[in-house]
Amino acid sequence: MTTPEDAAKPRTTRKLTGYWLILPGAIWLGLFFVVPFYSLIATSLFDPRGSVLTGYDMAWHFANFSDALRDFWQPLVRSLGYAAVATTFCLFLGYVLAYAIAFKAGRWKNLMLILVIAPFFTSFLIRTLSWKLILADDGWIVNSLQAINLLGENGRLLATPVAVIAGLTYNFLPFMVLPLYASLEKIDYRLIEASSDLYASPIRGFFKVTWPLSMPGVVAGTLLTFIPSAGDYINAQLLGSPNQRMVGNVIQNLFTTSNDYAAAGALSMILMLIIVAMVLLYVRKSGTEELI
Amino acid sequence: MSQVDDATTSSRAATSMAASRDLRLEGLTKEFASFTAVKSLDLVVRQGTFFALLGPSGCGKTTTLRMVAGLDTPTSGHIFLGDQEVTYEKPYKRPVNTVFQNYALFPHLDIFENVAFGLKRRGVKDVKKQVNDMLELVELTSQAGKKPTQMSGGQQQRVALARALINSPEVLLLDEPLGALDLKLRRAMQIEIKRIQTEVGLTFIHVTHDQEEAMTMADTIAVMNGGVIEQMGAPNELYDNPHTTFVANFLGQSNLLSGEIVGKDGAHVIVSMQGTRVSIPIGRAHAETGSGWIGIRPEKVMIAEVGGDLDAPGNRIEGGVISDVSFVGVSTQYLIRMPWGQELMAFEQNTGHRGLFAVGTAVDLSWRPEYAFLLDASQDVNAGVTGGSSS
Repeated sequence: MTTPEDAAKPRTTRKLTGYWLILPGAIWLGLFFVVPFYSLIATSLFDPRGSVLTGYDMAWHFANFSDALRDFWQPLVRSLGYAAVATTFCLFLGYVLAYAIAFKAGRWKNLMLILVIAPFFTSFLIRTLSWKLILADDGWIVNSLQAINLLGENGRLLATPVAVIAGLTYNFLPFMVLPLYASLEKIDYRLIEASSDLYASPIRGFFKVTWPLSMPGVVAGTLLTFIPSAGDYINAQLLGSPNQRMVGNVIQNLFTTSNDYAAAGALSMILMLIIVAMVLLYVRKSGTEELI
Repeated sequence: MSQVDDATTSSRAATSMAASRDLRLEGLTKEFASFTAVKSLDLVVRQGTFFALLGPSGCGKTTTLRMVAGLDTPTSGHIFLGDQEVTYEKPYKRPVNTVFQNYALFPHLDIFENVAFGLKRRGVKDVKKQVNDMLELVELTSQAGKKPTQMSGGQQQRVALARALINSPEVLLLDEPLGALDLKLRRAMQIEIKRIQTEVGLTFIHVTHDQEEAMTMADTIAVMNGGVIEQMGAPNELYDNPHTTFVANFLGQSNLLSGEIVGKDGAHVIVSMQGTRVSIPIGRAHAETGSGWIGIRPEKVMIAEVGGDLDAPGNRIEGGVISDVSFVGVSTQYLIRMPWGQELMAFEQNTGHRGLFAVGTAVDLSWRPEYAFLLDASQDVNAGVTGGSSS
């Protein structure tokens, strides 16, 4: 028989073990998420009359938000629009690819997955710069499109929304493919056979069985594509012109060039709040809480 | 004997009834890259019967079922429903539904929607009444709103059955539908499925490796082995008069004793067995000349102390010694070592007219000649031994 005293000691140690284990993660999150996040909130409420030289005053200046919206609503809307279009393209391309890998690839499955991840072996910047070459005015794509009269004599791709959206689609495609693949791969093939046995043609079987069962992947993939696309500034900067300026470019500019920390902070907060609100709405609407 | 009446229900008699919607397989063959799963199968399943494909795993029974469902395409051969050929018809266009081995219920749909799936895909507008009637038949009315994962194995099994049955298919295929259930539930479901089949009157084809299950449920059993049908008939017909050693061992248990065929005597074949002459009715002899296996079911073997009374007109076989006794309550299973070294099995009902024999007791044994059967000696005496005794 163990007395309560005997039992109590190992139990307390065991209780503490859990806290010890989350400590590194908690410190990490505290240093690199909570503190910067707090700092961002504070920055967004600074008095905009301050400067890097004279210092900023924390003034609960909520007008920063309305000012930022007034001045920069266009790049903000453009960012969300580009991200939405790029996410849609990623979903179509990614779904076909993930479906093929999950159900049709057979023994080539692993190789195809590696090929999906392979672009990550090179830097994001270099890959985007290569697109600049591919889409260049004297590049083969522009020349071919001009030859078949899809592009006018002076038509170009670089510095157009097409180039920016193509860049976003390309760069974030793997983030769509991988969660979709994970979801599709889990689907029991017998369910598809059962739908076929129960009078569903392949197309109807897809929409009634495969698609709903892949929803967790669709939701995860669209979030992983949409969120970074909306905040991205590299693609717009390298492949676009000032007319394709996205909110990321504006924030970067405000921070590094104009040193308008208050406006930059407010704009960052606005972007973040919009995305959080959209994600919550989206996840609730697609009803995947229990599937995830 | 009752076999004579049952012969009329055997599927061989059905070929002439062209107007009905019998399922007919002709020369059906399925080859995979490395082996042939089904070898030129010919089979007629009469409309409205409960048919079982019985065999060990890998015998081709599931492949046959999948070809009927349209989930596998035959390498050659034909499948007919009545006069209509459906060999290459898409699964979603066949009037055939399947109860899958692990049920394959749609996890994202509730029970009502699972059951309504087939009706909705065929464009039936108002499914509510039909689904509710079907849920009532399988006694799951109160569970309609649940998801499959919230249900027990037995309940899921009934949903799978309802989901297939609601479409009133011409043929309902059951692929080891009870394999995942525990023994007690399995027995209950066997009776339940048989009741439903009688009620709805559809053709059921049941694939199983459990010989007891097949015998309990089916009107006709086809025993499959190595991609071919070894023997087909009513359960008692197969059990009483097996044509091959595989069937003799796979369906229940058999004593197989080697003997030499001596000749014919009217309606009997005379066989010399270890010096004793035994006679076997011609209808039960499946070997012509040379040597053969004399088969006798353990419960047909009668034993008595040396010189004791044996209720059999046949020969008394002497020199047996009890080598093992297993008392199982309703009956006792004896192993009897014969003078030529073989151990024979005998099951005796515990009617109480005599006490148990002890190990080492010398006994005589006998059986009624009409219960014995004769098999070809070229067949493996141990064929089907391992797979058959599932109970």
